[in-house]
Amino acid sequence: MSAAEELYEVSLVVNGVPRSATVPARRLLSDFLRHDLELTGTHVGCEHGVCGACTVLVDGRPIRSCLQFAVTVDGAEVTTVEGCTRPDGELGHVQQAFRECHGLQCGFCTPGFVTTITAYLEENPAPTADQAREAIAGNLCRCTGYQNIVASVLRAAELRAERA
Amino acid sequence: MKPAGFAYHRPATVDDAVAVLAEVSPAGKVLAGGQSLVPLLNMRLAAPEHLVDINRLTELAYVRVDGDEVTVGALARHADVEHDDAAYAVLPLLRDTLEHVAHPTIRNRGTTVGSIAHADPAGELTAVLTLLGGTATLRSMRGERTVAAADFFTGPLTTCADADELVTSVTFPVPEGRTGAVWTEVARRHGDYAVCGTGVVVTLDDDLRVAGARSAYVSMGPEPAVLDLTDAVAGAMYDDADWAAAGRLAAGRLEPDDDIHATAAYRSHLAEVLTARAAGDAARRAAVA
Repeated sequence: MSAAEELYEVSLVVNGVPRSATVPARRLLSDFLRHDLELTGTHVGCEHGVCGACTVLVDGRPIRSCLQFAVTVDGAEVTTVEGCTRPDGELGHVQQAFRECHGLQCGFCTPGFVTTITAYLEENPAPTADQAREAIAGNLCRCTGYQNIVASVLRAAELRAERA
Repeated sequence: MKPAGFAYHRPATVDDAVAVLAEVSPAGKVLAGGQSLVPLLNMRLAAPEHLVDINRLTELAYVRVDGDEVTVGALARHADVEHDDAAYAVLPLLRDTLEHVAHPTIRNRGTTVGSIAHADPAGELTAVLTLLGGTATLRSMRGERTVAAADFFTGPLTTCADADELVTSVTFPVPEGRTGAVWTEVARRHGDYAVCGTGVVVTLDDDLRVAGARSAYVSMGPEPAVLDLTDAVAGAMYDDADWAAAGRLAAGRLEPDDDIHATAAYRSHLAEVLTARAAGDAARRAAVA
């Protein structure tokens, strides 16, 4: 099949920059970002929607990039972990909070947490600890035990409010 | 793993979509949110020759409240239905149930109609559609038909939809009379597949006595079935009915299977307890409705 596979031009605005590549329809958005656009910040864990490591924002909403074909979201605005920094390139509020609260160890799952929490705080700027825990329930981390990630969510909310 | 190759179709209208489905039938598969289908493709448990992507059919991206029913178009994401205040006002059961459907990230992309068309025995909305006596509307080049939920689901992951048909919408009727409805479930982690889940609708008469009670389940059988629990509680005051008896009645009629997550006996126990709990809560809601 691959020899005759039809190709599609997919154009996205990724972290504010227009990007495009020509790919087969079966190219997952996660692989499109990593292989075709060379944005390797988005990590691929389970590749069937369970672990959350590949979470990116599509038109502002967090989605699993491993459960989406790039061609399906042609024309969308995508934010990856690389786009969660401040405009000057310094750490964004979520990233800064993870650093301060020791919210990561190996770091493999972190891109998915950062994108998920970034979007969550836009809708819920001042979560409780319980709400913070629920907000990250769709992302797996095998190192931290989650306590410091919950703390990071709460700290990120503070930093976000301070910077606003 | 990565999906096998497929021929990709991206129709812009419903008419185009059913034309493509007719052309490639029976080798076509509809792709909506992809939250159930793409894992199957990635794991190569499914490898359809043709994928018909309906994500451009914005005419189907609606949640419509029409008096005593809520109709959801095939491109409405779970999150759209969950956050629709008009739908919540007439049928709070939808939001209450959707909060148990996977995680917000999945609900942002997955569609309610797609979940129902997928007919997973663990899919909460399949049970809710059946519980409420809802319908699914299917379109093909041959025309349009509306099918009752009880006839729509024909087995695990199986519906009566033909290969050239597109499920364009589903309709959830608002229960009549003084009713309350509750969804509850037990899962290993909130948002995971439920080990057992149940939705219960209780109807009270003008004196707040139980006039009717019925329930539906996920993960308790091959397809959603509605149980009538009225016999166990008919005529009792809403706050004094023997809901435990309703739970026992339900558990006695269900025949769940063992799997790696739970034994059949444990599932039956959960069904008994959850049915009683949900029914009592539903009755209290009905009393203040």
